[in-house]
Amino acid sequence: MAMAALRREGRRFAAPIISPQPLNPFRSSISSAEDQAFLGVRSISTQIVRNRMKSVKNIQKITKAMKMVAASKLRAIQTRAENSRGLWQPFTALLGDTPSVDVKKNVIVTISSDKGLCGGINSTSVKISRALHKLNSGPEKESKYVVLGEKAKAQLVRDSKQNIELCITELQKNPLNYTQVSVLADDILKNVEYDALRIVFNKFQSVVSFVPTAATVLSPEVVEREAESGGKLGELDNYEIEGGETKSEVLQNLTEFQFSCVMFNAVLENACSEQGARMSAMDSSSRNAGDMLDRLTLTYNRTRQASITTELTEIISGASALEG
Amino acid sequence: MIRRASTGLLSRSIVAGVHHRHFSSTEVPGADELFMMAWKRIMPNLDPPKTPLAFTRLRPSSISAADIASKLTVNLVSPYSEFSNREVDMVIVPATTGQMGILPGHMASISELKPGVLTIHDENDVIKYFISSGFAFIHSNSVADIMATEAVPIEKVDPASVQNRLVEFNQKLSSASTDLEKAEAQIGVDVLVALNSALSE
Repeated sequence: MAMAALRREGRRFAAPIISPQPLNPFRSSISSAEDQAFLGVRSISTQIVRNRMKSVKNIQKITKAMKMVAASKLRAIQTRAENSRGLWQPFTALLGDTPSVDVKKNVIVTISSDKGLCGGINSTSVKISRALHKLNSGPEKESKYVVLGEKAKAQLVRDSKQNIELCITELQKNPLNYTQVSVLADDILKNVEYDALRIVFNKFQSVVSFVPTAATVLSPEVVEREAESGGKLGELDNYEIEGGETKSEVLQNLTEFQFSCVMFNAVLENACSEQGARMSAMDSSSRNAGDMLDRLTLTYNRTRQASITTELTEIISGASALEG
Repeated sequence: MIRRASTGLLSRSIVAGVHHRHFSSTEVPGADELFMMAWKRIMPNLDPPKTPLAFTRLRPSSISAADIASKLTVNLVSPYSEFSNREVDMVIVPATTGQMGILPGHMASISELKPGVLTIHDENDVIKYFISSGFAFIHSNSVADIMATEAVPIEKVDPASVQNRLVEFNQKLSSASTDLEKAEAQIGVDVLVALNSALSE
């Protein structure tokens, strides 16, 4: 430290004589930065550090605000998601859930968010969808994607563009309700040929835990086939169908209703997971910004003190040179 | 290793429960074995997704014919609310074939519902809900699941607005030109007529 100061002194002797400019702190710090860079000493000028501190502080404020917003949105939507959880239970009780069912036409419905900054939930959904696609493609089988949400669309378009049947975005423009989701489900059922629909979403277990889940809805023909062949759906024949309609019509209504119920719950759970993931991502981001700010403050103080020391040594050595 | 042990336990419980009705028994809900194995083969590094089976609530086990439960367990679910595991004496649902009464020990059946009043009799209480269509499943273990797209308690329905809307929809029905408009107006009239009669009971 002292050697560096002496070395700096040596260079400085020439400077004040040649260019009689008033010594101001900015100039000395900038020139000291240049000198120090020239000498190979690592340091940053205070101006630069101050700019960085300002921007990091702004980032911290913004991420803290985003966390609060996500927390309030989560509170609003969490009660609705919990109320909708009972909706698909009777269907699973009656028809079971068989993700290992072997069908020709699979449709994978991937639910994701439109906005980013929500952690890794969209990537997890896409990974699971790709894995399901791999599981269900073979010589006679094929699988197609129906994508809800911008984020999954961006990821899937890159390598599976030809397999995407439908893309739906801006789902959360209006608050989610059952009517909207049932219209959406109707659209999907009308436009896409399917034997089995696999809905991939993130189930909201708690504010810090989101479980990727895949729910399977079968088409009425497959339900009949499975019922005849026995196994899990074999008991379905014991149920008497009330009403004047034929069994296949009732089954069709039933599977369509099941799809819209499962979709409603899936969309709500995914929205909750998105807000929860955003909360934790913004929280860790503001904590990181705080840490960075602490480190920058230390650097700033050190730089400031070093430049003051330089000033003092210049003045003192100049004065002692004049005396002596 | 732990996972293999637990899958062994699960498969044993599934095999043991085979003579029960599978989807309404008390066995621990597990995962689909074939799916898990196929997943592990293709993607050994990624955890398989959970399936709804892992999240289903337990249901009472099926009971033989000799031993019928004394009360009916009813679950009324709608997209916005649920009302589950209430033990009641009788439920009357508005099926498409007319009002259907469900008592404990009713035969297993699946029925579609039309807009109408759902009555729940519990000892001496009578609770009425208006439901706008849905499905009702009755399992042989005296569990009834009623899924409705909307279920409102009758007290919350406002008679005056029902009358106004009925007039409005009747007008729409008479002035409808396309089949689609006619169908929509007819649906509106059906629901409101049912609401009307429900309120007047």
